[in-house]
Amino acid sequence: MIGMAQNIGYSKKVMDHFLNPRNVGEIKNPDGYGKVGNPVCGDIMEMYIRVKDDHITDIKFKTFGCGSAIATSSMVTEMAKGLHVDEALGITRNDVAGKLDGLPPQKMHCSNLAADALHEAIKDYQKKKQNK
Amino acid sequence: MEHIYLDYASATPIDSRVLDFSRRYLEDMMGNPSSLHSLGLQAKKAMEESRGKIADFINAENESTILFTGSATESNNLAIQGCAFRNKDKGQQVAASAIEHISVLNPMKYLQKNGFTFSLIPVDPQGLVDLEQLEKIVTKETLVTSIMYANNEIGTIEPIKEISTLVHEKGRYLHVDAVAAGGYVPLDVQKDNIDLLTLSSSALYGPPGAGVLYVKPGIKLQSILPGGGQERGLRSGSENIFALAGMGEAARIAKKERVKETSRLQNIRDNLIEGILKIEDAYLTGHPTLRLPHHASFRFSYIEGESILLSLDMYNIQVATGSACTSRTLEPSHVLLAIGLKHEEAHGSLVLTLGRSNTSKEVPHIVTAVGDTVKKLRDLSPLYKKKT
Repeated sequence: MIGMAQNIGYSKKVMDHFLNPRNVGEIKNPDGYGKVGNPVCGDIMEMYIRVKDDHITDIKFKTFGCGSAIATSSMVTEMAKGLHVDEALGITRNDVAGKLDGLPPQKMHCSNLAADALHEAIKDYQKKKQNK
Repeated sequence: MEHIYLDYASATPIDSRVLDFSRRYLEDMMGNPSSLHSLGLQAKKAMEESRGKIADFINAENESTILFTGSATESNNLAIQGCAFRNKDKGQQVAASAIEHISVLNPMKYLQKNGFTFSLIPVDPQGLVDLEQLEKIVTKETLVTSIMYANNEIGTIEPIKEISTLVHEKGRYLHVDAVAAGGYVPLDVQKDNIDLLTLSSSALYGPPGAGVLYVKPGIKLQSILPGGGQERGLRSGSENIFALAGMGEAARIAKKERVKETSRLQNIRDNLIEGILKIEDAYLTGHPTLRLPHHASFRFSYIEGESILLSLDMYNIQVATGSACTSRTLEPSHVLLAIGLKHEEAHGSLVLTLGRSNTSKEVPHIVTAVGDTVKKLRDLSPLYKKKT
């Protein structure tokens, strides 16, 4: 199934998450929402989280961007699901890339915004919680 | 399932007839064409025959107008740098359309660093060179004006005859990069009054490793590759006889089969365009009619080209895109920006270029695969949501 696309330098795991992205979509009235990137640079990610007792019980994303942007978004949702928000805040860009068996060097900075989007969503949740 | 290769503008395979013709120059004992013994003379003869076939392909005055190089990039460099440095007493300016290949733009930028003025001539939203701007920009100071015969990314064919008239009225020498056009439009350097013209072997189903620069009689160039003085002193280096002889044979076949093959490809191309433009928010890039017969290029709103390319590869369909995400610089294609697309629009580009392996039977499968891919990626896209 995974043929020539690997020539671009993507691992099997990246291709798997690109072709079968997990947790795609939106959450209505989310407990936290984060958005990073802009259309000029080529990647936009939106992250939605549902939180109960400070644990991420559900997470969804939408992404405009290249294969690695979609794959990192999908991977970070898998990594964050079920975690305490403080633990999820500890997930770094490098952690996401590592879980995907690495990204091509030129993609490390531009299309690896998924952890940032997750952090934004968690910060949004924490802000809302403080204001309650 | 067989590969459906739709990236002929990037690379063509060598024609088996060309390989059969040229393999003797790899397998048999071949002399160096500079050697005076009989094998050397045989090698020289093979090169001269190839020159003749290529002269015929572009209707050149004679075969000594054909200079062999190692690639189209080298031909473009020799044309631009060679002409500018040799004639710098006559002027200090060079000009090119904004959609030229990088191997035209970068030599011009190099000249700019070396004291020349470099002017970019804009194009309209369909990729046609703005002739009014050309008239204003090009002067007698402009040593080389470089305009491509047709563009490889958007397929637009330029009005070369008109451009040639203007350049010769206002400026000096016209260089035409005909790499994308070669084999698909009839080339005639005398009728179009072209001074310098670039061709690539590997774009003509010839062997890789050969390029041609046509130089109109009387035009003086300076070598940019000093050495043993091959190719009239303009391109030193021992000749790659296999590739050079093969390129001539490829040009001969391309000329013979052009009319039949281009009408076959155009028919497939038109069906592809019709099918793909039925997708919501899909747009043709480039000119709708003044375009290469094998060329279909599009942009899709709300999605990104590398994702389209990867996804289509899973259907065993190989395509190209001008998206930033596939470029080394992470900048979108300068061609798509030059025709006025916004960055986010340029990201969603898809370029399909047909060739000998393609058939009309493939069209429904391609159209379905593109449609499914676009839908799938839009379902993922936060930009698409905003619309509905």
